[in-house]
Amino acid sequence: MKEHVHHLKDEEVNILLNDLLEQYGYDFTDYSFASVKRRLQRVFINDRFPSFAEFRYRVIKDSTYLTYLMEQITVNVTEMFRDPAFFQALRKQVLPVLATYPFIRIWHAGCSTGEEVYSMAILLQEMGLLHKSVIYATDINESVLEKARKGIFPLAFMQQYSQNYLQSGGQLDFSQYYAANYEYAKFSESLSEKIIFAAHNLVTDRSFNEFQLIICRNVLIYFNKELQDKVLHLFSESLEQLGFMALGAKETLRFTTVAPLFKPLALKEKIWRKIAT
Amino acid sequence: MTVSLPRTLVIGGSAGSLDVLLQLLPLLSPACQLAIIIVLHRKSDNDTLLSDLLATRSILPVKEAEEKDVLRPGMVYVAPADYHLLIEPDGSLTLDYSEKVHYSRPSIDVTFSAAAEVLRSKLACLLLSGANTDGAEGLQMTQLMGGKTAVQDPGEAEVAFMPKHAMTVMKVDRVLKQQEMVDWVMSL
Repeated sequence: MKEHVHHLKDEEVNILLNDLLEQYGYDFTDYSFASVKRRLQRVFINDRFPSFAEFRYRVIKDSTYLTYLMEQITVNVTEMFRDPAFFQALRKQVLPVLATYPFIRIWHAGCSTGEEVYSMAILLQEMGLLHKSVIYATDINESVLEKARKGIFPLAFMQQYSQNYLQSGGQLDFSQYYAANYEYAKFSESLSEKIIFAAHNLVTDRSFNEFQLIICRNVLIYFNKELQDKVLHLFSESLEQLGFMALGAKETLRFTTVAPLFKPLALKEKIWRKIAT
Repeated sequence: MTVSLPRTLVIGGSAGSLDVLLQLLPLLSPACQLAIIIVLHRKSDNDTLLSDLLATRSILPVKEAEEKDVLRPGMVYVAPADYHLLIEPDGSLTLDYSEKVHYSRPSIDVTFSAAAEVLRSKLACLLLSGANTDGAEGLQMTQLMGGKTAVQDPGEAEVAFMPKHAMTVMKVDRVLKQQEMVDWVMSL
């Protein structure tokens, strides 16, 4: 920590958040303040702004910078087959049920750069279900969606992903799903064919379809109680009766107002089933 | 902000710090009236092994920190594996899955710093044994915001690097031997 680094004050963070809302319609009011502040501070230091005023000026005046800032404020860390036990539960307990439907619609909310979406497509393909499935993968952030559409991930991560894949019950050679090119792995277009990537803001946008499975992992942890409830209701309204909902490893329905509408299917793996409306 | 935040102790540790904690925890009594947060580097396994183990040695109730938990005096919160732990202005906890810091998640710097911003002079941070540079920046932030700082005596630490590193970048308030820790904590 350098002596002269300016630490953003709470008031300054609030001024910026207000700018983002007034100017661009992005509402971070119900986000974790500690997380947003920490990420803004990081950008402020990395981009070497001499003062808060100059930081603010850039955000207000430069819409290209805004795109970048949005990617920095929201957390976009993800990996393929993260929490292998979760993907195993999908394989064993969820997909066999979905297999009985003529047509499968899945919503992956807050998909970031798409690693979990491609993981899902791999599961569906291995179970012979991909041809009758559509995965709607959404994120607030257009620039991460652009990356997700390309399906290109650093080759250096493939060893870890392959390990996760095997632990999740995968039995094939993981490398068959991508073509390695220099430092990158490009995932097969047969996987992305059934994925629709689109911008969707969980704070302001409505339901856009009815799904049999909604996956939203490590997104709600950044929302306050009220926004969590609101988004969970959005999910509930967007699920068919007996549809499945999957959250992140540390997320829970306990103490939320939708809790009575769901019954746990796999508690540890954080999968619920909708039993009422 | 009208909420009253509890005096809080955050203990950060890496390699060689578990034994220190297992010796310290049984000596802490509810009389300390502190909320205690433990941030320990470890494998990213998704299990509650560590908090279960610490609970067996502690008089104070120990729980794995969950999102939206509110800091209460007399409670011990353990940062879960593979998440950073942040503190909100109202004293509630946020789990964060952002980039690793110093190759670590949870990172000690992240929690020390987040706690310092909110708790200021109500915060004390103790950095234990480890082979990492994590924690030093957070200790500086704690000091800057008016909180108290301490490190385990590198001469006693199983891995001296982490407390030693903090001592080279700043002047910590206290350098504690294991047997001095309990008095320091109870005096906070």
